[in-house]
Amino acid sequence: MILRHDQTVLVQGITGKQASFWTEKMLACGTRIVAGSSPGKGGNTVSGIPVYDSAVAAAATHSIDCTVLFTPPMATKLAVFDALEAGIRNLVVLAEHVPVHDVMEFVAAAKAARANLVGPNTAGVVTPGECAVGIMPGFAENIFQPGSIGVISRSGSLGTLICLDIVRAGFGESAFLGIGGDPVLGTSTADALRIFDGDERTKAVVIVGELGGTMEEEAAEYAAQTKMSSRKPIVAFIAGRNAPPGRRMGHAGAIVIGSRGSGESKVQALRDAGTTVLDSPSDIGSVLRNVLS
Amino acid sequence: MNVPEYIAKSLIRDAGIVTPDGEVARDSRAAAEQARRLGGRVAIKAQIPAGKRGKSGGIAFADSPAETEEKAAALLGSEVAGHPVDAVLVEAAADIERELYVAILNDGSTRGPLLLFSREGGIEIEEQGETILRKELDIRTGLDPATAREIAGDDALAGVMQKMYERFIALDCELLEINPLARERSGRYVALDCKMTIDDSSRPRQKELFARVESASGPLGTALEQRAREAGLYFIELDGEVGVLANGAGLTMTTLDAVHLHGGKPANFLEIGGEAYTKATVALEIVLANPRVRSVLVNFCGAFARTDVMAEGVVQAHETLRPSIPFFFSIHGTGEERAIAMVRERLGIEPFDVMDDAVKAAIAAAREPAGVRA
Repeated sequence: MILRHDQTVLVQGITGKQASFWTEKMLACGTRIVAGSSPGKGGNTVSGIPVYDSAVAAAATHSIDCTVLFTPPMATKLAVFDALEAGIRNLVVLAEHVPVHDVMEFVAAAKAARANLVGPNTAGVVTPGECAVGIMPGFAENIFQPGSIGVISRSGSLGTLICLDIVRAGFGESAFLGIGGDPVLGTSTADALRIFDGDERTKAVVIVGELGGTMEEEAAEYAAQTKMSSRKPIVAFIAGRNAPPGRRMGHAGAIVIGSRGSGESKVQALRDAGTTVLDSPSDIGSVLRNVLS
Repeated sequence: MNVPEYIAKSLIRDAGIVTPDGEVARDSRAAAEQARRLGGRVAIKAQIPAGKRGKSGGIAFADSPAETEEKAAALLGSEVAGHPVDAVLVEAAADIERELYVAILNDGSTRGPLLLFSREGGIEIEEQGETILRKELDIRTGLDPATAREIAGDDALAGVMQKMYERFIALDCELLEINPLARERSGRYVALDCKMTIDDSSRPRQKELFARVESASGPLGTALEQRAREAGLYFIELDGEVGVLANGAGLTMTTLDAVHLHGGKPANFLEIGGEAYTKATVALEIVLANPRVRSVLVNFCGAFARTDVMAEGVVQAHETLRPSIPFFFSIHGTGEERAIAMVRERLGIEPFDVMDDAVKAAIAAAREPAGVRA
């Protein structure tokens, strides 16, 4: 999903410490937060935003385009169901350590409800100059500038570094889509690539992938089948190419199991699909200048 | 979390899946005792967390208690596929007519459980090729009897698949694999091996299971890895000489890759991401406690995590520990002006503007003979 400045946002779990801190930050980015929810906290306000007991209760009063979930991992599944029941069609799920079976269940439920779900274990999404949802510093002008580069990232920290280098090289981002570091995600790399393919502001896409799973290979397949590189150049960086097999590199999804998920397999698939794969994120500026000239 | 075979088998037995009669033994006399109780031919299986155990010499067969004692003694205390063997499972050998393969796993591509089935059991899944049947399942509806029957071809096998699915869900498995699943001449199905991996994120609702496995296998990892875990940090000890401290999983992986790319070898993976970004002090202590470390590379990129808060922890730890090895910094993002000034003023170290330059300098310093440094 690419959020626009006029879209309305609900913050689920808004009364928590992180959520109330980031509500201020999101508002500073221009995000149109219209309501918050927190079980048992209905009737309060956070930064002037009215709080309801549930997403369903919030949706009874407000029209809500998107919800961002600042929920503890074990409470996340029910919060997603609450949002879907409220009829919200865009969900950004931030929690890390949500049990994978819960994730599979709410991802299937979101799909059945025709809702877009980003995450879990994501730092969020940013549309520079318009709005930000999650815990990315959308307000930092050295990291986010309006522009034409679509960024897809499994990592918040590395995605930030890449965005910093993009802005430093004189470019800006059409949107940053943090898809998350978990093994099962609502929006995959290929889904995000498809979104940027259809976004007219986006002229080139940067994929920030990492070892584990087969999402980058599937994105490469999409790019190859649709010949996307001839329309919009794709640049990729894959983290964890030297990771020891069988060890989880910080993200639950970042693990090589047997012969599956190695960084080299992803690099090969992306190169075969006509993508420029970087050896170091520091090269992003010069490579973007090349592919866009 | 990997569940040892004998515990995994007891967990599927609870659901009514047949496993061979047997017990785990930690010395050869206990193994012989088991063989005596079971009578007849037995299998002696090293309890290690690795596949291809048969090929690595981790499974032996014996026809008498004396032979069992001898073969168990050879396995116990040895290493199989790089893992020390401290226990063997002694089981009655099955009367095998055919070996099958059944597994259920969490699949990122289909975003649901995936059932894998092959009539060629006993070999690893990577070697299965196109003969394997892959059935996507919807976790909201599960594996219904008709679907199981259609895949299995007979009711007994369909029953095993349904019981596996019940366990897969109830125990929050990432993977539940029975390979081989033996069909005996009687038509009965017996799970000769069982590989079970539990989703680490399910710990809060699988407390008993985690406690049972952890008390049986002892603490996992090296002494430093255990210390990090107690401090709430995720640390992997590696065999290089450049100590690494970075924030966030993606950036930490990238830092290790950059060390490799420029010809060095990292000494560890250690991230202080998410809520852990205030733990820089203890994190640095752990990096420095590794005797192989010859230089330290600190790479921060602040978003949610503020680099000045992280740098404060590292600077404090540096001032307290007074390490004799050189430090190299690359700091970007939220709070970078304060963080860079702090490192410059209090440690007298100039952070690098480009990450790769910090990496190259850290590698060069790690290569210098120890005596050369002031």
